[in-house]
Amino acid sequence: MMKNAMAVTCRDVVVVRGDREVLHGVGFDLRAGSVTGLLGPSGCGKTTLIRAIAGLQAKVTGDVQVLGLPAGSAKLRGRIGYVTQEPSVYGDLSVTENLRFFAAVLGEPVDDVDRVIDAVDLRSHADAPVDRLSGGQRSRASLAAALLGNPELLVLDEPTVGLDPVLRRDLWELFHRLAADGATLLVSSHVMDEAVRCDRLLLMRDGDLLADETPQALLESVGTDDIEQAFLTLIDQRAGAR
Amino acid sequence: MTPRVTFAVAARVVAQLRRDHRTVAMLIVMPALLVTLMWWMFHDAPATFDRVGGPLLAVFPAIIMFIVTSVATLRERSSGTLSRLFTMPMGKVDFLLGYAIAFALIAVVQAVVVVSISLYALDLDIRGDAWQLGVVAVLDGVLGTALGLFASAFAATEFQAVQMMPAVMIPQLLLCGLLLPRDQLPDVLNAVSDVLPLSYAVDAVTGVARGNGFGDGAGTDALIVLAFIFGALALGAATLKRRTA
Repeated sequence: MMKNAMAVTCRDVVVVRGDREVLHGVGFDLRAGSVTGLLGPSGCGKTTLIRAIAGLQAKVTGDVQVLGLPAGSAKLRGRIGYVTQEPSVYGDLSVTENLRFFAAVLGEPVDDVDRVIDAVDLRSHADAPVDRLSGGQRSRASLAAALLGNPELLVLDEPTVGLDPVLRRDLWELFHRLAADGATLLVSSHVMDEAVRCDRLLLMRDGDLLADETPQALLESVGTDDIEQAFLTLIDQRAGAR
Repeated sequence: MTPRVTFAVAARVVAQLRRDHRTVAMLIVMPALLVTLMWWMFHDAPATFDRVGGPLLAVFPAIIMFIVTSVATLRERSSGTLSRLFTMPMGKVDFLLGYAIAFALIAVVQAVVVVSISLYALDLDIRGDAWQLGVVAVLDGVLGTALGLFASAFAATEFQAVQMMPAVMIPQLLLCGLLLPRDQLPDVLNAVSDVLPLSYAVDAVTGVARGNGFGDGAGTDALIVLAFIFGALALGAATLKRRTA
């Protein structure tokens, strides 16, 4: 893929769930090889947007292009690593058994399992049933499954929730290493302090995109050094403009 | 469909079942226990047991497999593993067939146990071959699995899935010929029973028990059961949605 190509392109993305419109025409690009943070309060549409990119969301209108193909194309399967908010692994199987299964589905060699276990630092719990692990360990097991086969695009729904600060730092370093190797990452979070770790930020609220900036540009544009404050200022500006 | 993926799913389901001793006990021991209960009920009327014993070998495995598998895809949906699998090169048929293969292995063990106990411990008197009875019992267990997977694709929650049992299985149980021979049903109900899979499951078992054998009618019924199995899996795959609200 070309260095500056777009890994994801969204235009006028509208999603209806039930009789409610939850995304009201969202548009943005994800540059290949970048780490983008998708920030916003719970219920703002982050998960819906991520599911639309992963090709799992029903009733999507507008254009969602992923790696040059329409989202949900059969050819994309296996090229996207998707981590759901709840750890999506089998609780009655061990970490290794889970990863071997997903590797078999992907057609990846068994030694890839060892690589991803080390990447998320779960070596010491590799043979423990997932049900016996802590919440943070479970979500790392889920993340490991998404890393199998080095997917070109990783869409991660709140992968760092409930992790201790050291582990969060390590995971963000991992995300940047993956991006340096050419992967594109979209990482959602409702923790504003994770914003500064991203190359670019998407701020969402109530199904709208409030900002699509680098962290520095965002802070400068509203004249603050605090992302949470920047978020509040943007909301006020929006309300004032209406 | 990709055989690699299908068998990966089957192997994983078997690995999960091996950890779940209670479910395995339910699947393997329960049909045999229920047949034994019927044997005891009809202790003073062995001729009646010989008449209903055969159909029970079809009915109990099918119902028990149905209950267990009807929540299977729901568990995968609620845990998010189904979403993850759908972002991977996994066909919907791979997923359902993988489950069907895993439960078919259980059905083989189940059939060996229930048929052996019925014939050799409870002295169920049949004229046909024991192995044919075993084959039909396996098919009936797999039929329950396939119907359960199909119903599972319809339900939105595990709570809804367990409600499928009375809706899908009990009418079939009433009309399958176990309580009243199908040709003695009112015409309309007889016609309805002609399109229900469990009717053919019971016909196949009854045929083998009467000594008709696979070459003489029971084989056709067994093939119809097999067709229902693949039909239910195909419909289940068509109903399972990659994109959900």
